[in-house]
Amino acid sequence: MSNAMMDPTPTDWNGQIMQKRIARRYAAERRFKAMGFLAVSLSTLFLAFLLFTMLGQGLRGFQRTEIAVDFDFPALTAGATATAISGPNADAALNSMDIPGIVELAVGQQYGDISDGLLTTGAAGNVRQMLLDNPSLITSKQQLWLPVDSRLDVAFKRSGEPAAEQTVAALAQKDALRTGFNWTFLTGADATDPSAVGIWAAFKGSLMTMAITLMLAFPVGVLAALYLEEYASKNKLTDMIEVSINNLAAVPSIIFGLLGLAVFLSLFGMPRSSALVGGLTLALMTMPVIVIAGRNAVKSVPPSIREAALGIGASPVQVVFHHVLPLALPGILTGTIIGMARALGETAPLLMIGMRAFIPAAPEGFTDATTALPVQIYLWSDEVNKGFVEKTSAAIIVLLIFLLGMNALAIYLRNRFETRW
Amino acid sequence: MNKKDGNVGVTPGIAKISTRNVNVYYGDKQAINDVSIDVDRENVTAFIGPSGCGKSTFLRSLNRMNDTVAGARVEGQILLDGEDIYASGMDVVQLRARVGMVFQKPNPFPKSIYDNVAYGPRIHGLASGKAELDQIVESSLTRAGLWTEVKDRLSESGTALSGGQQQRLCIARAIAVDPEVILMDEPCSALDPIATARIEELIHDLRGKYAIIIVTHNMQQAARVSQRTAFFHLGHLIEFGETSDIFTNPREDRTKDYITGRYG
Repeated sequence: MSNAMMDPTPTDWNGQIMQKRIARRYAAERRFKAMGFLAVSLSTLFLAFLLFTMLGQGLRGFQRTEIAVDFDFPALTAGATATAISGPNADAALNSMDIPGIVELAVGQQYGDISDGLLTTGAAGNVRQMLLDNPSLITSKQQLWLPVDSRLDVAFKRSGEPAAEQTVAALAQKDALRTGFNWTFLTGADATDPSAVGIWAAFKGSLMTMAITLMLAFPVGVLAALYLEEYASKNKLTDMIEVSINNLAAVPSIIFGLLGLAVFLSLFGMPRSSALVGGLTLALMTMPVIVIAGRNAVKSVPPSIREAALGIGASPVQVVFHHVLPLALPGILTGTIIGMARALGETAPLLMIGMRAFIPAAPEGFTDATTALPVQIYLWSDEVNKGFVEKTSAAIIVLLIFLLGMNALAIYLRNRFETRW
Repeated sequence: MNKKDGNVGVTPGIAKISTRNVNVYYGDKQAINDVSIDVDRENVTAFIGPSGCGKSTFLRSLNRMNDTVAGARVEGQILLDGEDIYASGMDVVQLRARVGMVFQKPNPFPKSIYDNVAYGPRIHGLASGKAELDQIVESSLTRAGLWTEVKDRLSESGTALSGGQQQRLCIARAIAVDPEVILMDEPCSALDPIATARIEELIHDLRGKYAIIIVTHNMQQAARVSQRTAFFHLGHLIEFGETSDIFTNPREDRTKDYITGRYG
């Protein structure tokens, strides 16, 4: 360079060396673009593959196979009337009627020797619900569509055991089978029979756990970030706190589970497997992420805004809450959603605090034993019964939709609070 | 060593702001050396001097904006109406309301024009109702020469205005809290000549209502807007006096050299 400056000969912009340099520059440009394109396509491909397999497997989980069963209600119930099973005493009247027996009888009459194990365990409950919804059914002959056993369900949807396949083939010939939407999956809880399981309990459990996590981690994380950035003096102690927080964010999640087990369950004696303890444990894990994102967001607020506010006599707290926090909020929300998304998908710490229990009913309160979506997925993926395969995928779809919903909300909030400069 | 230095700016009579033997340090580095100066309320006072001479530092110590800088330390006395602003009983928040500041780069809040001006009166509780607040906003914007330009779009963002308008908005924001002193730290350095002329006119109009201290790199500007000029060099106050005297008949060689463009 200095040589060129001393050299009086002018630069030959059209010379061969220059042309070569230009060609090299263009090649580098093309190479970078090609590699970038490749990277983007590869990640898109993985995403497409994931969605494809999940949807292919999981959509079947939202469907169930139903069988037509003829009920001669007047004969089966010895002439019960519609008024007997309506009104406030309907439950008691139906209980005294032995509906499982009636269902068994009706199926036996219609399907003979293959009737054993044709229906799912919850089928009698379905009939009961239908009668409760529409008592007039009981006065006449009815054809009801009831969910079949999971072996037959699997056999009808794709390939099952040879025996089940045979039964399904025989039934299909009589046009006795159809595919219906599996409402039980959206409203029910865990069960031993895959055709009777539902995701609602785990969904509600996750929702409640996330609520606790957010309520604790967000305010504490944001306040910590604001204090560290705006108030704390820079010294050895705050440096150490900063390092600790950064390390905390990188600690494997299972260790937070052990911490939750030791502190919340053993020390404080909080209820095992509850959304409360799950939420607290995940909040510990999420807090450092929010603190780090929050500090970066606070740091990126231009100092001139702080000076402007201080210059007209705003107190430090007014500067923080009137100016810094509103401007940092979009960044804080982005960090929060990353932390929450991670918490939502977390399984290991929840296993540690007992959320892997079999929960056959949705939780009523924050202290009830519950499970969470990722734990439910983990539990179902471990089942031997083939019917659980599609339920696992279906549960993953529900989890992904939950995640998408959460992200969409975050993006909406971020755009709302974003300040246009 | 500089006994003489310490007395350069002292003028008898009652001053709005007077400083006595002020030293300002950033950590170990001394930025201001034994400055004593009396600023009166009737005139516009300009601080001039080459880059890094400490004039902005000194200005920022007059409303304790230097408190926010880590390691900054002020020694000596700075009196506002005879009251030491670094005394332990002084409320910094109130001090900054009394001694307003306009910065080098226009820095309106990313809020509406109205909210920009109304923010100060709101946090200090200067208006008892919406009508009174409207009144303060209008009069502040009028005094800042911006009212006719923005009266139909008060709800638009202050950051959407042009640079010169933004700076006048910042002046209106400072005026709105009814300060006694306005400190201006190179208020025109980011503006074009036309916007600069508007601000200079504005400073002219505001003279007498507020004690105004303006830091500037532009000697013509100092000559145009100020009645009193202080020349700083390497942290020392070299000369202070009537602007006309400083520019036509400086006592010190260093002042003369700077004004004639020998250095700076």
